Amino acid sequence: MDIQTRSLSPTTPALSLRPTVPQPRLTRPHVAHGTSVDAKVLVRNLDFYYGQRQALFRVSLTVRTHSVTSFIGPSGCGKSTLLRCLNRMNDLVEGARAVGRVELDGADIYDPAIDVTDLRKRVGMVFQKSNPFPKSIYDNVAYGPRLHGTKDKRSLDELVQHSLQGAGLWDEVKDRLMQSALGLSGGQQQRLCIARALAVQPDVILMDEPCSALDPIATGKIEELIYTLKDTYTVVIVTHNMQQAARVSDQCGFFLMGELVEFGDTKTIFTTPHDKRTEDYITGRFG
Amino acid sequence: MGERSKLMKNFWRGGELFVWMTASGVALSLLMVAGMLGLIMINGLGQFWPGALQETTLKTQETVIGQVVGEEVIPNSITPDSPTGQRRFRYRVGNRDVFGSEYRWINAADIVSSAHPEDLTLVERREWGPAFGRITVGVEGAATGSASGSSWTTVKTLVERANQLRRRIEHLEREEIGSINYRIEKARLARHALTLGGRLAPGDAEKDQRLLDQITALERDYLTKTEALERLHKEAGQEVLFLTVSTGRSVRLSLDQVLAVSRPNGMHWGEKLLAYVQSLWLFVSTEPREANTEGGIFPAIFGTVLMVFLMTLAVMPFGVMAAVYLREYANQGLLVRLVRIAVNNLAGVPSIVFGVFGLAFFVYALGGTIDQWLFPEALPNPTFGTGGILWASLTLALLTVPVVIVATEEGLSAVPRDFREGSLGLGATKFETLRHVILPCALPGILTGLILAMARAAGEVAPLMLTGVVKLAPALPLDEYLPFLHLDRKFMHLGFHIYDVGFQSPNVEAAKPMVYMTTLILILVVVSLNWAAVRLRNRLRRRFAASAV
Repeated sequence: MDIQTRSLSPTTPALSLRPTVPQPRLTRPHVAHGTSVDAKVLVRNLDFYYGQRQALFRVSLTVRTHSVTSFIGPSGCGKSTLLRCLNRMNDLVEGARAVGRVELDGADIYDPAIDVTDLRKRVGMVFQKSNPFPKSIYDNVAYGPRLHGTKDKRSLDELVQHSLQGAGLWDEVKDRLMQSALGLSGGQQQRLCIARALAVQPDVILMDEPCSALDPIATGKIEELIYTLKDTYTVVIVTHNMQQAARVSDQCGFFLMGELVEFGDTKTIFTTPHDKRTEDYITGRFG
Repeated sequence: MGERSKLMKNFWRGGELFVWMTASGVALSLLMVAGMLGLIMINGLGQFWPGALQETTLKTQETVIGQVVGEEVIPNSITPDSPTGQRRFRYRVGNRDVFGSEYRWINAADIVSSAHPEDLTLVERREWGPAFGRITVGVEGAATGSASGSSWTTVKTLVERANQLRRRIEHLEREEIGSINYRIEKARLARHALTLGGRLAPGDAEKDQRLLDQITALERDYLTKTEALERLHKEAGQEVLFLTVSTGRSVRLSLDQVLAVSRPNGMHWGEKLLAYVQSLWLFVSTEPREANTEGGIFPAIFGTVLMVFLMTLAVMPFGVMAAVYLREYANQGLLVRLVRIAVNNLAGVPSIVFGVFGLAFFVYALGGTIDQWLFPEALPNPTFGTGGILWASLTLALLTVPVVIVATEEGLSAVPRDFREGSLGLGATKFETLRHVILPCALPGILTGLILAMARAAGEVAPLMLTGVVKLAPALPLDEYLPFLHLDRKFMHLGFHIYDVGFQSPNVEAAKPMVYMTTLILILVVVSLNWAAVRLRNRLRRRFAASAV
């Protein structure tokens, strides 16, 4: 009960994220900042099929490094499908097939030579329904690093603390790291899932409607968190909530029936959309 | 009229009758189970209570000493002058060696008087069942006991001393001499193995000599032990007991035949309770006597539990691995569907069929081959080529593997998809996801399968009769000799024990309470095994309680 109220309290201090752990991703070759093609993820003419049914039609877009990109659109428009294409989560769906090109730092992720687990390590994901494993809070965060070979107790401890701090959860759980993660509130669980994704030290974080099951206060915290995350990571978020997209994202894509109708700066999309359909959706005429 | 038909209609539509039907279904089931347990407990638990001994004088001047164990109306005895019919009593008169039969019917009309004298004694013997009468002490060679030195305390001291002596003799026979025999047999087989090729290999001569020396030393040891045994037998002393039975005849009772004496008529309820608990304890902790109709059932309890345990060890890995493959790796096509149907149907195959398969495959084919390869020195005596606890456990594992597969598959499919995706999304491989997330979460389901499998296996008898259960096993499958667990040994089983005691024993009437008691113990064993597994599962379940958002 106590925990619940604490997590919901709006007076929680502002989140801080100052990574001290060396970050290997910075040494990786990628397109330099400041150029016009500051692209982290590049999608080119992507068609996607679930068996016979086509879910995406010739989607092309560019996700900029250290930015928040949001996908909006009515249910079933393909925004989640596209998101799950970016870390090949759709491979799990039987009969799913992608045609086209998706690049991460210039490398095709659908290249048969690529290691999918390595890709997912670099492109982390946070799901619509918070899904902490039925383990302790510590073990949840340490799950990824342990799999990827971090055995040393001290660096694990450091990583766990760092990731929990990054997800703005450290102060709330530092005294009960060894307790079950299932005892946390919904919002805390979702932030734990974010911490779990951060612990793997990804480049890109995909979020599939991360706030759809949360109350407004927990949602506010996550949004604040997303805003700070973009300093270090590249964030792609799918949302149903247009205000949310407007608040957190730098770029925004509007999807309709598997087509990317419009993609551009969030401000432009929400103030002066080029397409009639985008305008109708944003102004609430349908959807 | 309209009002009434509306009421009726509502009654039918509301399903009130249906509720009553379902509730009475539950009530009936509960009643049946409670009735069954009650019947077994009443018939079984009563037997250890020290019942009063009655001395009855009949019209024929005959005296009968015994326990009244039953009463009924004589069939066809209802006549106009006795409208309720004539009654008769069933006496357990004991002394089977004297009277030929342990039970006797006595018509109520024939009884002149009955009394419960305190000096009536119940003697439990190693053979021939209980004896009832008056006891005196005598010396070896005398025809009857002397009334003088025969106070009750003397008798009790003598019996106590004889029991101590018997325990020492038994220890010497079984532990020490038994151990020597076991080692001699081992050495003999080892020597035999050396000459299997036809003649001794040149390098083995020294080894052979060493074994021979070992045997000689052991045989010397054996002789000294048997001498010690004889000395112990001599220590038994000169005293014997004489029992005056109801006919007035004096029967000699050698002290080494007497297990216990008691005078139930003189006991107050505290003593009776103590005697009751003692008999109950002896029943579950000692070995059977007298073709299983007397004594305890410890080897059967032990055999049952050990067999279930071994079966669990065999069935869990295979069942779980098969289920993991079917659910997680196999392509969910026609073939997998067929396999699943086959597995489900396997659970419905009569257990005796598994027994026949176990005999043919495990015992003859597998066991025979093992004997030829690993134990040629013992042939033609089979080691694994005959029924044994290993083959029985494996047969039961085969019988219960469908249960484990089905339950594990259900457990696996109940793990939320979110957990899989969460793990894969962190860059875990499918195997890592299985190992660290899915299998732990499915553990309660897997344990449910285990519980069902254990319940089924512990109650199964038919296949065991073909693959390793015997009515009397000379040794437990677990003892202090290397390799401690003797998987080739035959064993006793509670289920088979019930059948054997109830329907194969020479003294069925006396064995009846034993049957109920053994049944009760079997139920207790199954229940406690299940209870342990259920507790384990619930603990895990609490740990993996589904996340509530």
